[in-house]
Amino acid sequence: MRGGDDLLLVYPDPPPPLLAQCLDLAGYAWKAVPNASVALQQTRGEGWAAAVVCTGDDPEGAFAVCRALRKQDDRVEPLLLLVNGSRLGELELREDLYDDFCLDPFHPQELEARLRHLFWRTGRGGRPEIAAYGDLVLNLETYQAAVGDRPLDLTYMEYELLKFFVTHPGKVFTREQLLSRVWGYEYYGGARTVDVHVRRLRAKLGEEHAGLIHTVRSVGYRFGSGRLPGPAGG
Amino acid sequence: MERQVDYVLRTVEERGVRFVRLWFTDVLGTLKSFAITPAELETALEEGMSFDGSAIEGYSRVQESDMLARPDPATFEIVPWRGDDAPVARMFCDIHTFDGEPFEGDPRYVLKRNLERARERGFTFYAGPEIEFFYFRSPEAPEPLDRAGFFDLTHEDMVSQLRKQTILTLEAMGIPVEYSFHENAPSQHEIDLRYTDALTMADNVMTFRLVVKQVARDLGVHATFMPKPIAGAFGSGMHTHLSLFEGDVNAFYDPGDEAGLSKVARHFIAGLLRHAREITAITNQTVNSYKRLIVGYEAPTYICWARNNESALVRVPLAKRGKEESTRIEFRSPDPACNPYLAFSVMLAAGLRGIEEGYELPPEATNNIFEMTAEERAAEQIAALPQTLAEAVDVMERSELVAGALGEHVFEYFIRNKRREWDAYKEQVTPWEIERYLTSL
Repeated sequence: MRGGDDLLLVYPDPPPPLLAQCLDLAGYAWKAVPNASVALQQTRGEGWAAAVVCTGDDPEGAFAVCRALRKQDDRVEPLLLLVNGSRLGELELREDLYDDFCLDPFHPQELEARLRHLFWRTGRGGRPEIAAYGDLVLNLETYQAAVGDRPLDLTYMEYELLKFFVTHPGKVFTREQLLSRVWGYEYYGGARTVDVHVRRLRAKLGEEHAGLIHTVRSVGYRFGSGRLPGPAGG
Repeated sequence: MERQVDYVLRTVEERGVRFVRLWFTDVLGTLKSFAITPAELETALEEGMSFDGSAIEGYSRVQESDMLARPDPATFEIVPWRGDDAPVARMFCDIHTFDGEPFEGDPRYVLKRNLERARERGFTFYAGPEIEFFYFRSPEAPEPLDRAGFFDLTHEDMVSQLRKQTILTLEAMGIPVEYSFHENAPSQHEIDLRYTDALTMADNVMTFRLVVKQVARDLGVHATFMPKPIAGAFGSGMHTHLSLFEGDVNAFYDPGDEAGLSKVARHFIAGLLRHAREITAITNQTVNSYKRLIVGYEAPTYICWARNNESALVRVPLAKRGKEESTRIEFRSPDPACNPYLAFSVMLAAGLRGIEEGYELPPEATNNIFEMTAEERAAEQIAALPQTLAEAVDVMERSELVAGALGEHVFEYFIRNKRREWDAYKEQVTPWEIERYLTSL
């Protein structure tokens, strides 16, 4: 794997919320692009680990993006296409544009399984097994988190929130963003749930590390040192 | 859901968890627990574990007693006080019948139903209780910890040990707290739980009571949530801060109002006040609870609200400037011996009724109502909370609001059970009576 190419390309920008949430939960680092040329600019610099293209309501636009990604010498692969069942016919004669596809609306586990399989087949990296920030380490395979030698006893949602923070350090997220990216939309506790979980996480991280999660006044939260000013979407 | 189940299974495996305790609560608010092994865990998560409900207070049904405890994987926690050699975990359970329906006698389900009603109106309900309790030398008598030293610890050492250990354990279980030590009554303590959604909070209160008692036992003392263990001293309350949010917005806050209270908040308070007498049997469910609700110990006795009055039933704490989102109300009658699932349910139901019916909020109580004469109170239409468990149960029995909030099953069981409790109490001849009457009569 070349340096920096562990990033998943996602089209369109912004992607459907469920797709974003599924990729986050699975632990993939991803970036959404609005069109092919933005995607290709990035290719020259760092390359992409894979692409997930959602055909949505504009299959023609999506196919154009696929085509552009495949035309390059350094073509982007593997490419997973999300396509609505009623539009399967449109895949005909476009077999060269994708490596696998998944019916949309998709089942998160199927999407994850297909991605894993694509990565395996192409011998590329993909999902990292470890996410770390300083001596805070999360094993994404076993769901275990530890600070140094001390394992953290987390609930599922505490774990997911911490994972999201660790994989998105330095960015500011609003409560709404965290709620939709980490919890999904159907959660019981409402938007204040984020505050509650941040408090619980801080308590469990212990005094020394509680400060890793910064409260950004009247915006939301930031994990680790600040790099980017203002709220970030991705 | 599948991910959560996977998380639980994987964590049990990785951490070498030996037993998983399945927790649920009977109608009277007692925590029930049974342990399963990791081998049974997958089945438990998929299908639930069957158990005999006939031994659980308020669970018996006419036809069959077998029920299913279905663990809620979102509540999976490693229990921190057993040591790391053989970690033990716990999950709260939802109770189902064998038909796969939620069991109507399960207090957690009662609260979920009430929260659902709030959600239909776009509200999320948050609660933050301040829980008071006593430490005594043993469960035999209410003997305060004193300077006489336990083992080799001085009284101060003991108290700081209790405090430190309790906070550490609660925080390790994801329950952030603020701790304070009371001077009001000997050996009385207060721990304030930071607010969360009411379902999580009810689970937290159950965990909290267990942790406080367990830590005390480990240090050789006894912790009790009995509302009034010492005559002539302050009792233990569970003042509960309540708020409703619509999404990210505090529905109780209105910048245009002189008290900072929205219409929603005013109607909610009005609902609590109007139905206060009906819900008291639930928020104060023991004979002893009513020994706390008397004049002179900062416990509420009269039904009124105020911004800065320690004797009001509903107090509206001032929200700090710039912290308007923390606007909330404090309901001061509940005590820590209540069933938190049912108590939060009836508080919410009363408040929501106020909103639905647009109850008008009576004027704020300004004078210290304890100093008013009975006539003055009557003139201001300030009613009193029930004086005894018997009176509270009588009022509750006539309440369509409480029947609706609790459901027929819990409502009927509770009234039956509490009538029995009162009858047993009535048969007693107390030391006070002996002292007062034996020689003089």
